[in-house]
Amino acid sequence: MSQDSHKESFISKYIFSIDHKWIGIQYGITSLFFLLFGFILMMIMRYQLAYNVNTGLEQDLISPDMYNALGAMHGTIMVFLGVVPMVVGAFGNYLVPLQVGAPDMAFPKLNMASYWLYFVGGVIMLASFFVPDQLPAHSGWTSYVPLATLSSGPGQTFWLCGMFFLIASSLLGSTNIIVTIVQLRVEGLTWMRLPFFIWTQLVTSFLLLLAFPPLQAAAIFQLCDRLIGTGFFDPYAGGSVLLYQHLFWFLAHPEVYVLILPALGIVAEIIANNIRKPLWGYKSMVYSSIWLGFMSFIVWAHHMFLTGMGTTMSSFFMITTMIISIPSVVILSALFLSLWGGKIRFNTPMLFALSFLPMFGIGGLTGLPLGLATADIHLHDTYYVIGHFHYVVAPGTIFAIFAGIYFWFPKISGKTMNETLGKLHFWGSLVCMNGIFMPMFLQGLTGLSRRMANGGYDYAHAKDVLYLNEIMSISAFALFAFQLLFIFNFFWTLFRKRYETETDTNPWQSTTIDWTDTTSPPLGHGNFDVIPTVYRGAYEYSVEGHNKDYYPQTEE
Amino acid sequence: MDIEIPYNVEERKDTGLYNSKLGIWLFLASEIMLFGALFSSYIILRSGDPLPFLTGQAKLNVPLATLNTAVLILSSVTFVMSWVSLKLKDISKFKFYMGITLLCSVLFLVIKYFEYESKLSNGYTPSYNNFYAVYFTITGLHAIHIIGGIIVNAYFWIPGLKMWKTEPERFTNRIEVAGLYWHFVDLVWIFVFPSIYLL
Repeated sequence: MSQDSHKESFISKYIFSIDHKWIGIQYGITSLFFLLFGFILMMIMRYQLAYNVNTGLEQDLISPDMYNALGAMHGTIMVFLGVVPMVVGAFGNYLVPLQVGAPDMAFPKLNMASYWLYFVGGVIMLASFFVPDQLPAHSGWTSYVPLATLSSGPGQTFWLCGMFFLIASSLLGSTNIIVTIVQLRVEGLTWMRLPFFIWTQLVTSFLLLLAFPPLQAAAIFQLCDRLIGTGFFDPYAGGSVLLYQHLFWFLAHPEVYVLILPALGIVAEIIANNIRKPLWGYKSMVYSSIWLGFMSFIVWAHHMFLTGMGTTMSSFFMITTMIISIPSVVILSALFLSLWGGKIRFNTPMLFALSFLPMFGIGGLTGLPLGLATADIHLHDTYYVIGHFHYVVAPGTIFAIFAGIYFWFPKISGKTMNETLGKLHFWGSLVCMNGIFMPMFLQGLTGLSRRMANGGYDYAHAKDVLYLNEIMSISAFALFAFQLLFIFNFFWTLFRKRYETETDTNPWQSTTIDWTDTTSPPLGHGNFDVIPTVYRGAYEYSVEGHNKDYYPQTEE
Repeated sequence: MDIEIPYNVEERKDTGLYNSKLGIWLFLASEIMLFGALFSSYIILRSGDPLPFLTGQAKLNVPLATLNTAVLILSSVTFVMSWVSLKLKDISKFKFYMGITLLCSVLFLVIKYFEYESKLSNGYTPSYNNFYAVYFTITGLHAIHIIGGIIVNAYFWIPGLKMWKTEPERFTNRIEVAGLYWHFVDLVWIFVFPSIYLL
């Protein structure tokens, strides 16, 4: 069960690896690249909004069509190629087998296939930027019909083909994670002893498994409409435009929870570790995440209040939307209450995890008016919506990703990232993120529409809020500058020698199996020298009468 | 592979499953969502514009489709027989029944080909109207599933059979898992046949 006895070739070890740890790292590197790429697309857009149209010089950096393409690809890349592969592909792959005490994922070869399908999907998406004289997909990341069916050039076809690969990849990946959690838990690791992170991965995987196929159906229909002239979404041929939106949002709403649930899991792990006491209300958090997963399948049409689908439908989805906010609030409240009376250690991962709570809170609470059909009439498709979901995903999920990287970096490399640089990165990012997204609420409340290449320059009602465009753009560029600190810190720590003090394989003094029963970095393929047995829950910190302030799950 | 994944062959006590059995059930759940979306779209498109569906349906060849239904159900029965033969350790019977399953699956595709051919040669292409768009998309995706099944089953029939000598239990599990998939494909057709040809 321990290290591999034979020597593996370079290709089988580092490229077509079947070791979940290396696949997790592959996912991590690829998705960090895509996150940076998506960020750069956004900075081009922000430059356009702040300095090209507002000055009235008419010297646009990019054409309006190109602006649409950048917007569509920014959304697609960030969601499908950046955040989801990061939280599920990278964190899920690396940590799930380690935290449940498994030697690998249940299906190592499918795991490899899942990464390479994702990689091919990403390459197809990137390739669409390089078709001569043609734009990549430019009908929004939602690819609404009839705009997408009629859009010029091969960009949209590339997008659809890329999505097929990403859907297949997530199908294999999520099946693997579920089977690993259900089947490969070590002895004694009962359901209520699982780390909360594992629970969120389980629910997330079910969402990916069941929500993606309807998008696949929609993509097949749209591809047929574009290539062989069928009329699924063409009203002139008896097709239905709304059908596309229903199929799309049936995926895309659960997808929101795919983005946020693993982030909650990461944050819960880091908070429990750094307050040195058990999570408050672990069981309610578990039940809430299951409830959240279930409800997320019946709220999708709150994205469609203004499509004319009727008030009966709107009322139903309004009610379910209000209900789904309850479990989110339960989880967030439990995390806040956990802080009470804890001996909090303010290290870099903890700072990111702590700031996740109010940032996700803002994102969540600003969503409530959007879930009410009446308020949505005013707010729909304005910058308010952009502000809302970016608060959830950017200073929310992406902060959780940073927290996770700082926290598990010692696990993966055996070396801890620089704290000073980390804290600078944190404070800079926190200020800049708010500098970008807070003004969006103001712009949106005045009625400034999203997706306009001139940033609302010719809108009379937007006059008073246009000056914010420059503030937001400067914040975005500054945010990029602070990410350079992170990139430097990341590579510098990776390539520097291990300090003599860095001998402890459990530097955060954590209780979970990933830290206590494997070395840092872990052994080769197989993870464990001795198969661990679990005797207690995941968060037994500061147990009375125990000699240390943490009681590892595997200690009898 | 050097490492051994637990419960790869034997059942885990508290779940009563080996890994790939749970895996295939999850995969089938995902497939149900795919075909569920396709059928829902069919219902929505048909209720929005019923006329082309009624006229189109009248032109479909119900006897051929009925024959196809029978062929596919027979293939499912022989698949079960092949799995039972493995349980009884009778490898020649396994080969026989699996052969019949493959024969039936290919026969299904041949009949399907004649059906498609008669539509396409008369100008009833997917772009003719939305009935044919739905008809070709749903039956086409189903046919792709049949082809996938044929590839896997043919692999187990001849080249994959060598596993029987070294790991008979694992091979039997593989057949069971492939069988679950095959029954699902059969079941999809049992929904396709009445909803597109008859109702």
